[in-house]
Amino acid sequence: MQQDSSASKYSGKKHVKFSDDALALAEKIMKRYPDKRQKSAILPILHIAQAEFNGWLSVEVMDYVATLLKIQPIEVYEVASFYSMFNLKPVGKCVIEVCRTGPCWLMGAEDIVKFIEKKLGIKEGQTTPDGMFTLKTVECLASCGTAPMMQIGEKYHENLTFEKCENILDDYKNKGEEISHWRKERIKHHTDKHI
Amino acid sequence: MGRQILINDLDKEGVNTLSGYKAIGGYTAIEKALKMKPEEIVEEVKKSGLRGRGGAGFPAGMKWSFIAKPPGVPRYLVCNADESEPGTFKDRFLMEKKPHILIEGMIISSFALGANTSYIYIRGEMMYVFHILEKAIQEAYDAGYLGKNILGSGYDLDLHVHCGGGAYICGEETGLIESLEGKRGNPRIKPPFPAVVGLYGCPTVVNNVETLANVPWIVNNSGDEYAKIGIGKSTGTKLISASGHINKPGVYEIELGVPVEEFIFSDKYCGGIRNGKKLKAVVAGGSSVPILPTELILKTAKGEPRLMSYESLSDGGFQTGTMLGSGGFIVMDEDTSIVKNLWNFTRFYHHESCGQCSPCREGTGWMEKVLHKFIEGHAQTKDIDLLWDIQRKIEGKTICPLGEAAAWPVAAAIRHFRSEFEEYVHQGKNMIDVKHYYRLNNLQEA
Repeated sequence: MQQDSSASKYSGKKHVKFSDDALALAEKIMKRYPDKRQKSAILPILHIAQAEFNGWLSVEVMDYVATLLKIQPIEVYEVASFYSMFNLKPVGKCVIEVCRTGPCWLMGAEDIVKFIEKKLGIKEGQTTPDGMFTLKTVECLASCGTAPMMQIGEKYHENLTFEKCENILDDYKNKGEEISHWRKERIKHHTDKHI
Repeated sequence: MGRQILINDLDKEGVNTLSGYKAIGGYTAIEKALKMKPEEIVEEVKKSGLRGRGGAGFPAGMKWSFIAKPPGVPRYLVCNADESEPGTFKDRFLMEKKPHILIEGMIISSFALGANTSYIYIRGEMMYVFHILEKAIQEAYDAGYLGKNILGSGYDLDLHVHCGGGAYICGEETGLIESLEGKRGNPRIKPPFPAVVGLYGCPTVVNNVETLANVPWIVNNSGDEYAKIGIGKSTGTKLISASGHINKPGVYEIELGVPVEEFIFSDKYCGGIRNGKKLKAVVAGGSSVPILPTELILKTAKGEPRLMSYESLSDGGFQTGTMLGSGGFIVMDEDTSIVKNLWNFTRFYHHESCGQCSPCREGTGWMEKVLHKFIEGHAQTKDIDLLWDIQRKIEGKTICPLGEAAAWPVAAAIRHFRSEFEEYVHQGKNMIDVKHYYRLNNLQEA
């Protein structure tokens, strides 16, 4: 558990609670699994939790997810710390995830990482001082034919060159505040009716 | 040679929607299947010779026939869409372009297995494909292909998509089941196999996306017809994800049996090595399978042309052969450092080891560290033997095949490119590979 000691300060909420949209979605997802197997919904619900609370999971948020699923908090912690998509420390508004594995590496992923590090003035794993960007390297994102590539939010940016990276990052920077709203929009767009 | 049955009609308008998919003959197999007996469908799949497309190549019909049928216990079908093997991107491509072929395949397969609830376990990273699938599933519900009493047959099926959280190990079927139950993706000891004790302790079949996508065609055209496609026991077509230093990377559907040389160099497929470079090596089936140098990937040790088939690629065992695996075909040109590439792969396996078994948890880390010594320029000759020794002590000593997946690339790299390791030892710092820095944007070397 890499919990930041100042975690609660960042989450800014003592009584964590999902928005109505998120709560409705979480309840719908739980019904996809058999009776008393609602724990199965933990991964989808942790994704919702990250979208709801600034892209990362504080202890308070994980405790809240435990109450939703009617399981012990430790069951949430052990899952959240196992899967690489869950951030246990605060992240920037825009998380850049550059694929570093195999084919992307062959096609120059290291150079892309170095270029972004230089452009943003941070190292891999760090967040820019303005809280805008976090740079991460991740393992194969199944986009090897369009390598090198990176993922920002849900979007795949493929066949990267330095110039392309420059434009993409400028674009996100200009959008600024909008980005955090995209995550919430996504929850609203989740309109499947079949349950 | 050259038949295609999965992605031949992607240029037609709207094949990603239900109506577009129906316009190319989609959802006709369901009507036929629901009038058959479930055993008859299993029999057709057995006859087809269809083999698991996730990597192991186990006959799909046989896997289905193992499912236990205790009375009153639900059975599950889970689609493994946790495509994470480096070099493999065919399932993402198929689900994005033609989601309904998977849904139709799942409905028929669930019916054949007697499952009333099925799940598609997709990687969390592919969230945009998750949304595509949810939309497609909703369309299928609205059209009466899912839900209660499908097409008046009395058969009920609920199909759900489930997203993962980022873990390669969840591509292993028991790791996937654990993850779907809401736990860490630690693979289970087998036996019991999932066909007897799987999801929620119930009989479960886990199949790859591409495997299930073949089922509608088999039902429509019969298993015997399917078996006529391909070569020998490698029946049917295979989606190959081609990546690396080639002119035309992408997903290709090949009829099994195409010569490797044709696949790499013909304009129909990869279009040769880019920038006029020479071919150095190929990893033919995703990062886990043994790497082969040019002479062994194009021809077998016996001097016969190597074909894109399960049998031909594994001809010669691991001494001189490899595996078709998941079809992640990674091509490397003459400038590639095999040692650095191996370090990259090994770092991946170290990162993705779930940590249950000591040989894998510790061994992958040791191998990564030793390989790092090579690329930092302070390895000694004895380190080559040390690497060999570590990989031998991982292989076959772990609960799941991640151990082998980490060990095989190391063994093969040493077996076929030992001189390159020695060069790193003798040249030290001078070997630090700079060429790849200049590849991007076609920069010239200084």
